[in-house]
Amino acid sequence: MARFFAASRRISALLLIFAVAACSTVDGDGMTADGIYDPFETQNRRVHEFNRNVDQALLRPTAVGYSSVIPDDIEDRIVNFSRNLQSPSIVVNSLLQGDVPGAGLGVVRFAVNSVLGLAGLFDAATDFGIPQHETDFGETLHVWGVGEGAYIELPLLGPSNQRDTTGLLVDFFTNPLSYVGLDGPASYVSLGAGVARGMSSRGRYVDSVDGVLYGSADSYSQARLIATQNRRFELGQEDASAEIDPFALDTEGF
Amino acid sequence: MNRRFFISGLSAALVLPALPAFAITEAGAKKLVDSLVNDINKVIAAGKSESAMFRDFERIFKRYSDTSYIAAYAMGVDGRRATASQKRAFSSAFQSYIGRKYGSRFREFIGGRLEVRSVKKVKNWYEVSTTAYLRNEAPFDVTFQVSDRAGKDLFFNMYIEGVNLLLTERSEIGALIDRNGGSIDGMIADLKKAG
Repeated sequence: MARFFAASRRISALLLIFAVAACSTVDGDGMTADGIYDPFETQNRRVHEFNRNVDQALLRPTAVGYSSVIPDDIEDRIVNFSRNLQSPSIVVNSLLQGDVPGAGLGVVRFAVNSVLGLAGLFDAATDFGIPQHETDFGETLHVWGVGEGAYIELPLLGPSNQRDTTGLLVDFFTNPLSYVGLDGPASYVSLGAGVARGMSSRGRYVDSVDGVLYGSADSYSQARLIATQNRRFELGQEDASAEIDPFALDTEGF
Repeated sequence: MNRRFFISGLSAALVLPALPAFAITEAGAKKLVDSLVNDINKVIAAGKSESAMFRDFERIFKRYSDTSYIAAYAMGVDGRRATASQKRAFSSAFQSYIGRKYGSRFREFIGGRLEVRSVKKVKNWYEVSTTAYLRNEAPFDVTFQVSDRAGKDLFFNMYIEGVNLLLTERSEIGALIDRNGGSIDGMIADLKKAG
């Protein structure tokens, strides 16, 4: 499920402006028992309800249909194509983070996959043992010392926070590909591939995502907890379980 | 004599569990996870029906994990007001629930595999890192925390890409109790249908 959120975070940023505008009031001190700062919980829950309805009516049926009709092989080609288009942005963000080896990986992967991988349809770089490397402007902000800020559930894109939402906007409007003439119709190709990639994730991890959205007692807080833990892990942050001690709990009777 | 035997047996029972507290070794922790990963891979590869798979995962969970610790942690502070029979009923419902829930997660690993990567000591337990390899996905981390708290090596927590089983389930059980207006029996009844 976490992988689904990770993929969907990156699909597009079209509706972000609505979300940012919607988050304007604060209730209580906003800290949840799970250590997540969520002062906009009331609005976030409304967005969550909207997302669940869209998923149920549109995204889930489409994605499950897509995933079962399109052969796995073709799905993989489209996912690879979409991933390859992200490479230039990964290179730029790696450099901004001072991560020269990461930027190098991005350059080599983009070159290998664009040429030998037929415009990115095949992940030839991985076949040559060049590891995948992903990053975004949210991570750049993290490296620069910006905290995650308040938790935000974005319409259609799902769980995020203030820092990563800013990152999404910056990545969306500064995609290096647009400076080399790959905008206009080509950007729709990129957006389309991104949407298809999101559908592949939704279709492939259908049980996990359904488990969170429809199987849990409070799908909003489960999604919030899972997405936040996953993102903190991606960024290499200490997780909240550091204080777990298996010897310091009364398990009598269980 | 019977009574003395009983008393010495009782004191041995009280003292003994404290003794092997640091008997867990890196090799022991790795062996447990090797064997666990092997069993999970077998279930993934066998590709049985959904219900047969969930039963297999429930069996794996019972055999390799510290079920009483995980159940007690998941119930959190509400565990303090639970009666002995509620605790028993909860533990049993919780084990089946975990088998179903994580069974369906690992089902998505079909065609993939887990590999043990490294072991490191953390305070008085070990953390065993494994890598999951799935079709057309970047490899990702699945980590098990292993202790011998219960007298033998068992895992008491699991992370899938940083998502912590203990925290996630405590939040879910808390939400189930809230939904039932604070009723533990109501939560247990719901748990039997959940997952």
